[in-house]
Amino acid sequence: MENIVPLFVIVPLTAVFLMLIIGRFVRGFSKVLSVFLFAFLVALSLFYIFRGDHISQVYQVGGWKDSGNIPIAIYLLLDPLNVFVLFIINLMALFSTIYSVNYITRYTGENYYYTLFGIMIAGLNGVVIAGDLFNLYVFLEITVIASYALVAFGTAREELEASFKYQVLGGIATTLILFSIGMIYWYTKTLNMPDISRILETSEDLKLVQFCQLMLIAGFGLKAAIMPFHGWLPDAHSSAPAPVSAMLSGVVIKAAGLYVIFRLFFNMFQLTYEISVLITAIGTLSMVVGVFLAIGQWDLKRLLAYHSISQMGYVIIGAGMGMMILSVNGNKLIASLAITGGLFHMVNHAVFKGLLFLNAGAVEYRLGTRDLNKMGGLYEKMPFTSSSSLSASLAISGIPPFNGFFSKLLIIIAAVQAKYYVLATLAVIVSIITLASFMKFQRYAFYNHKSHHGNIKEVPFLMVFSMVSMAVLCLALSLLLIPEIRNFILQPAVDILMGRNEYLINLLNQ
Amino acid sequence: MIVFILCFILFLVGLFGVLTSRNIIKIVIGLSFMEFSVFLFLALIGYVDNGQIPIVSGEATSRVYVDPLPQAMVLTAIVIGLATNAMLLAVAIRIYKKFRTFDIRKITSLKG
Amino acid sequence: MSIIVKKVCQLISGIIFLYGIYIILHGHLTPGGGFAGGIFLSGAFILLVLANGSHVMNLRHEEEKASVIEGLAILIFVLLTAAGFFIGARVFFGNFLPKGHLGELISAGVIPLYNIMVGIEVGASLLTIFLALVIYKEEISP
Repeated sequence: MENIVPLFVIVPLTAVFLMLIIGRFVRGFSKVLSVFLFAFLVALSLFYIFRGDHISQVYQVGGWKDSGNIPIAIYLLLDPLNVFVLFIINLMALFSTIYSVNYITRYTGENYYYTLFGIMIAGLNGVVIAGDLFNLYVFLEITVIASYALVAFGTAREELEASFKYQVLGGIATTLILFSIGMIYWYTKTLNMPDISRILETSEDLKLVQFCQLMLIAGFGLKAAIMPFHGWLPDAHSSAPAPVSAMLSGVVIKAAGLYVIFRLFFNMFQLTYEISVLITAIGTLSMVVGVFLAIGQWDLKRLLAYHSISQMGYVIIGAGMGMMILSVNGNKLIASLAITGGLFHMVNHAVFKGLLFLNAGAVEYRLGTRDLNKMGGLYEKMPFTSSSSLSASLAISGIPPFNGFFSKLLIIIAAVQAKYYVLATLAVIVSIITLASFMKFQRYAFYNHKSHHGNIKEVPFLMVFSMVSMAVLCLALSLLLIPEIRNFILQPAVDILMGRNEYLINLLNQ
Repeated sequence: MIVFILCFILFLVGLFGVLTSRNIIKIVIGLSFMEFSVFLFLALIGYVDNGQIPIVSGEATSRVYVDPLPQAMVLTAIVIGLATNAMLLAVAIRIYKKFRTFDIRKITSLKG
Repeated sequence: MSIIVKKVCQLISGIIFLYGIYIILHGHLTPGGGFAGGIFLSGAFILLVLANGSHVMNLRHEEEKASVIEGLAILIFVLLTAAGFFIGARVFFGNFLPKGHLGELISAGVIPLYNIMVGIEVGASLLTIFLALVIYKEEISP
């Protein structure tokens, strides 16, 4: 059972290098292999969810067992929190690849697109399953370099400038992360995450650890595009090709940014009150400022990119409230509710933001423009695009019965019960302003009767298939709150984040 | 102690280059400086007093070895820095082909 | 470049290539290994391109050949990793060849094979990057 853990990284890498050699000589080989590869990875993660008995699996690369009590191998972990994020990564990759079979035909170098996409997904899977700090850094770099190349894929003027800005800022963040990893190694003499957790638990409180925590927040916060570090996001996400934007905004800023922050701060470091207040303050700032910057946008994909910043603020508020309550030893049930809301909103946002970016890509594929002033009346001509876009807009604004409503409701209820009334009020106000902004988007793009575009048909079948499947998934994910399904999928993930002792006991006594 | 202060000065030199350069290639060189200062810091933390080179030879007695783990980390990080630099330079030369200039004040087609 | 520079570079680049092979093969005995040796390997070819000028050879053809060699080398590396899964200790990256005595050239199991594959791969990829940048320069200002 534990032999399936490295397959998440080795199978994509093998497929990518096969694509690089054979795809030069055989046309159409890369597309078919990509679709089968991501379907296989989705099936593998579903296999662990349903047959894994919720035990954390540890895989020691190379078979090096612990000597004494010190772990010396490279660890790869798979526990209920990991597999949840892995499932969403690979599912979104599958839908994006099906969408891009038709969309990428207008760029040259299709073979390189599928290769870079596969490398990005292999790196993301590696970030999620990594069990020690330095392998996390290596897989993070693989992902981020592939995404630099994908943002600049079309080599138009704006794409190159956006990619250059993204690269320089990402390079500075990488430097900060590596420096912080070096400092932690100097203090604890080990790189293994459960081992560092055990050492930091029994050592004195030192300002050095706080310094490392701040630099890790800065470095990973830049990869997650939270508020003071968000400068690259509108340019990069609006200039990339549409399936790449869906992957970047839907999955990469969560798996390579927020998931790592949660894993490190809940499970590796000791929770302190000052750091929790800092994280919640950053989340509130992103939530409020992101939505105010998004209202005045007339470019379709820039509007969606600014809304990504705001919704990331929701996730950080959920987890930050949980951290604040746990660090002062408050009520564990309220903390569990807040963290459940945060994780659930992370998954929901991946699905509906990905769907919105794919819709924007479909509109651009037929009309050739991204300006909201020049569109209108597409409701009759493109029925599938407009109805899936309507369901995604209702989901992001928090209208029942779509999934966005339930996750925002959990966060607001947790804020009210923990007596953080300011946060709850701000969350409700931001949700109302999001609804106004998306009603503007729907009206100008689809329902304005200004149809002077000539004869435009619907987009090809494979693009429609992936958009409609994701719209159905928006409704189906709200079923995760039924108590039996929640105890099977969501609750073990939250327990891993909240319970430190089970994490240590499970992993170090293998 | 003095070597760590010199590492930090190298980091600041790189940061100054990234912040105030007008040429794209100088921004790339400044980012390289910042990465190299972190590599130097990583290689210095593994020092043990009176340590030998960490290579086990035939007559293996119990000696004091310098810590080999930061050296392995620096090797991997150097290769990652090489890939980052190659990617930056490829995009920089494409920017020159489209915009006909290397001046960062004239490459402002994205606003808002 | 003048004729003296061209002839000296032709003589030296063979020695550099040989030194690179030496560093790769002794990667489990002395410092160095795959990465450093691979950079030496590519340095020999890059020196020849720099000395003789870029109009002498058909650059796109060379770049395609280097790219295919890079892909093949990394594919053999991943297949060796997966072969450790089926033979011997049944783990990935397992060491399944016999290990020999300490300090000899043919020892330490499968590690010299990993070094050779990584060395070829790093050398070919640096050569591909360099040739791609030279091709871009020719497109901008011939």
